Parts: sequence; structure tokens; C-alpha cells
Amino acid sequence: MTVPPADKPSEARTWLTSRGNSSLSDRAFRWLMLLCALSIFGIVALIATSLVQGSKLTLGLFGWKFFLSSGWDPINGNFGALPFIYGTLVTSAVSLVIAVPLAVGVAIFITEMCPKMLRGPLAFLTELLAAIPSVVYGLWGVFVLVPLLRQYVNPALMKTLGWTGLFQGPNLGIGMFAAGVILAIMILPIISSLTREVMIAVPYTQREAVLALGATRWEMIRMGVLRNARIGIVGSVILGLGRALGETMAVTMVIGNSAASISKSLLAPGYSMASVIANEFSEATSDTHTSALIEIGLALFIITILVNALARLLVWAVTRGAPPRVA
Amino acid sequence: MGVGIEVRNLNAWYGANHTLQDINLHIPANQATALIGPSGCGKSTFVRCLNRMHETNPIAKVTGSVRIGEIDIYSDASPVEIRRRIGMVFQRPNPFPTMSIYDNVASGLRLNGFRNRRVLDEVVERSLIHAALWDEVKGDLKKKSGASLSGGQQQRLCIARALAVDPEVLLMDEPASALDPVSTSKIEDLIFQLKAQYTIVIVTHNMQQAARVAERTGFFLNGKLVEFDSTHKIFTNPGDKRTEDYITGRFG
Repeated sequence: MTVPPADKPSEARTWLTSRGNSSLSDRAFRWLMLLCALSIFGIVALIATSLVQGSKLTLGLFGWKFFLSSGWDPINGNFGALPFIYGTLVTSAVSLVIAVPLAVGVAIFITEMCPKMLRGPLAFLTELLAAIPSVVYGLWGVFVLVPLLRQYVNPALMKTLGWTGLFQGPNLGIGMFAAGVILAIMILPIISSLTREVMIAVPYTQREAVLALGATRWEMIRMGVLRNARIGIVGSVILGLGRALGETMAVTMVIGNSAASISKSLLAPGYSMASVIANEFSEATSDTHTSALIEIGLALFIITILVNALARLLVWAVTRGAPPRVA
Repeated sequence: MGVGIEVRNLNAWYGANHTLQDINLHIPANQATALIGPSGCGKSTFVRCLNRMHETNPIAKVTGSVRIGEIDIYSDASPVEIRRRIGMVFQRPNPFPTMSIYDNVASGLRLNGFRNRRVLDEVVERSLIHAALWDEVKGDLKKKSGASLSGGQQQRLCIARALAVDPEVLLMDEPASALDPVSTSKIEDLIFQLKAQYTIVIVTHNMQQAARVAERTGFFLNGKLVEFDSTHKIFTNPGDKRTEDYITGRFG
């Protein structure tokens, strides 16, 4: 077949030539994207400044002692945020201790062991947990989980782990442990689905390499999959932790909302930063009270940033020298 | 020392696809045996049946017997035991990216609970020397990750990793197909030296490579072993018309 010689430029060529150099639209696109990116900084800066502005009063009144003292007495105008900070950190830690092994286990089962038929439904079900509104978790916690803990789980924990001091005192059901368990269920889906994603992303050749060395299935998962996916797993845990730190409704409903004391026992009622803001904001009549609540918000903001920064530092320390992703 | 391999009536499937049909052959000890044939002929499936890697795919199936030394690998032992005795090198270099060079080589022994540091040091050094990589990496054994090496070095690292467990048989599935010519010739030199101590089975689509490194060559076509003979005979005076067509480049 021969191509007939062209006597005039083709329609396609004419069209392409007529388009000019397109540099203006490209530049506009670049500025638009830059604006989008900068808006993130803008929003964060706005939140930070308004939090600082709003809490000026108590910042001036109590200074650093606000975060380190534990009196919370709106009537006499005495405020200390330590019980709330403590409650938030403890419940989040409990939730991680429970949720991380469980979530990684679920992800291992779904990616490496479960029959293909079950894989889809199981993955969908874990993700469905994330779609349940937190107030529903709270209701379930009050009516199902708390009685369950009070009757069976807590007595067993007190008997076996009572010596640690973590499970002591009156067994009310509600308390920091109940809040931690609820949080664990709430952050399970995000950790497990992200862990699943990074595990799937590990190339099959890595699994083959370990198997060919004479590995059992568990050894293959440990060395060929988890080891390669560990950075992603840490990342998913951070996201889960972020949710646990800020979760309000469900925690408020089961934690007991008591700032009376800082108890070592997880069974004791406590209070979290998010809960106290939600509970007291509408009834904060004095300026100091409002300011104190906003300062707790500021503290929560800072703690979340610190946790994320720490986690990033950890990831960086672990991955130093190693390439970030599997080839 | 290497051991011989006796394959009897081996059949393999991927789903409904009958990828290996009635394979019978004897692979002699301490020699290199090459398997050639066009893409999809079953040669890779065949080596993967020799260390039971084929069955790691859930839709795969195998029948027949493979005797490696004194053991029938499909009836006398578990896949895990078998793979501890048979080393494998894959088409694409697959070092462990999160491990140092040292840890990559030591991984097979560590996996099986071996902890003696002094012996590990020796094994790592000897394996890297055997894999002709020692001189290039001895300075940063524990500093550099396995993935920081070049492609050819990575493949030699994988060979060192396979040699560290002192296997009786070394299976190589197109070990040089993803490498440049210089790295390829290094790997070939290596095979030449290693066959004094190991039985080597190498799959290749490069016929010159088969001719250079192997004493015996098998030609696979459409899941069947068409011809299996000394490499010299296969390349100079093949007994089957299809073999002749393939090695003279008339198809494939």
C-alpha cells in the first residue's frame, strides 16, 4: 500500500497548529494548584490562631500550670486540664493495644489465608464498621458493652491482672477501659483496611523468595510480607490513633465523665479532652470557663500534631537507608 | 554435593490448562541441565514442580513423581522440607529490600532458627565469594540494603542467598533474562563454577546460553518434552524436526 502525497496539510495538523503555545492556560493552572495547596496552610494557621485567641484569658491566668494541674472547678474559676489529657492519652493507648494486633491479624487473614470467595465480603464487613455513626457505637457501648464488661470481662481482668494495678477498684463498667474498647472497635477498620492495602502491594516475588528458602506460611508472612509492609502499617496505626484521640461522642457516653481524680486503674471513670468540650461548651457561662475549654481544644490540636510528628520521626528512623518502597 | 533428579510421568495444570504432559527425564548430579523452548512451553512450570513452588498457586495441580536423591518430593516430605534442600533463583532479582546485604544472604539460615554468629559470618562470606559478589560488596555488607545494588549484583545476591543454605540442587528460572550482557556473562561463569558442587537446572530462552553452560539440554514445546539429550547433540544433530526448527530459528 502506498500513501498518496498530501497536497495540503491535514485537518489534524491545521487544528494542532492553530492552538498556539498554550503557555497562558498552563500558567493559570499552575497558580490555581498552588492556591489549593496554600489554602491548607491557611486553614491550619486560622484554626491555630483562633484557638490561641480564644484561650488568651486562661493562658494568661494559669500559664503552663493549666496543662499540669488537675483541679476543674468552673464555679470557683479554677481550671486544670491534666485529667482530660490523661484520659485522652490512656483511652487511645488502650485502643491501640487492642486494635493493632487484631487489625493486623484480620489483614493477614484476608490477604494471605482466606479463600477467595470470602475475601470480598470480609473486607467489606470490616469497612462497614467504619460507616457506623459514633453515637450508635456509644449507644451499643452503654447498653451492651458496659454490662458485658462489668459482668464478665472486668472481674476476670481484676483476678488475673489486678496485681499490675491497672485493673483495680470498684467495677462500674463505665470508665476508661470501656472507652478504650469502644475506640478499638472504631479504629479497627481503618487500620485493618490500610494494612491490607499495603500487604497486597507487596509483590508476589517477595513471597516466592521466602517460600523458596523453605519457609512455612507464617515465616513467609513475617519475612516476605509484614517486613516489607511495616512502614505502611505504622502509617495506618497513626491514622487510627488520630481518630482515637479526637473521637468524642462514643467516648463521652461510656468513659464516665469524671475529672475527680487521675487513677492508675483503667476501670475507673475518667474524662477525655474532646468529651469535656462537648459536654460543657453549651453551659459555659463565664469567660474563663469558655476560654479554658478552648485551651483544651488547643491542647488537643497540639497533641495530635505532636503524635503525628513523632510517628513520622519513627517511620523516618526505621526506614533510614532502606528504600521507601518495594521495587 | 549435588544429587540427581528422576522425573516420572509428571503432569501439571493451571486451572483447566494442561501445562505439562507426561514428562519423563533424568537430570544427572553435578552437571548443569538447560531447559529451552518458546514462551509458554512449560519449562518454567517444570522447574517450579521440582521444588513444589508450582502448587503455591491455588489453581495449580500436579501428578506424577519427582525423586531428588533418595526422596520422592511429592510423597515423602512436606514442601517446606523440600525447599530447604533446593535453592531457587528467579527471573527477576528479588532480594529483600528491607534487609542489608548480609541479612539477605543469612536469611535462609536465620529463617530456620540458625543463630551462631561465627558460622553465619563464614557462610555469608563463602556464599558471596561463590556468587562472585564478595569483592564488590565486602565493604558495606551491613550498611547497604539488598535493593541498593545494581540489577546484576542483585541477581548474584539472590544466588548467594540460595547457596547459603547449602542446597543439593539449584534451580534457575531464566536467571539472566532481566540483565545486561556483562552481568549475564558473569552469571554464566558462575554457573560453570557452581556445577562442580551443585546440580543445576537452568531455564533459558537464550540458546547460546544453554550451549555455553549446560552438559545436557531439554527442549520443551506445548507442555511436552520433545527431546532431551547432550547439549552437543541437541545443537549439532537434533533427533526431532521440531527441535531443529527451533534451534535454527524457524519459530519461537
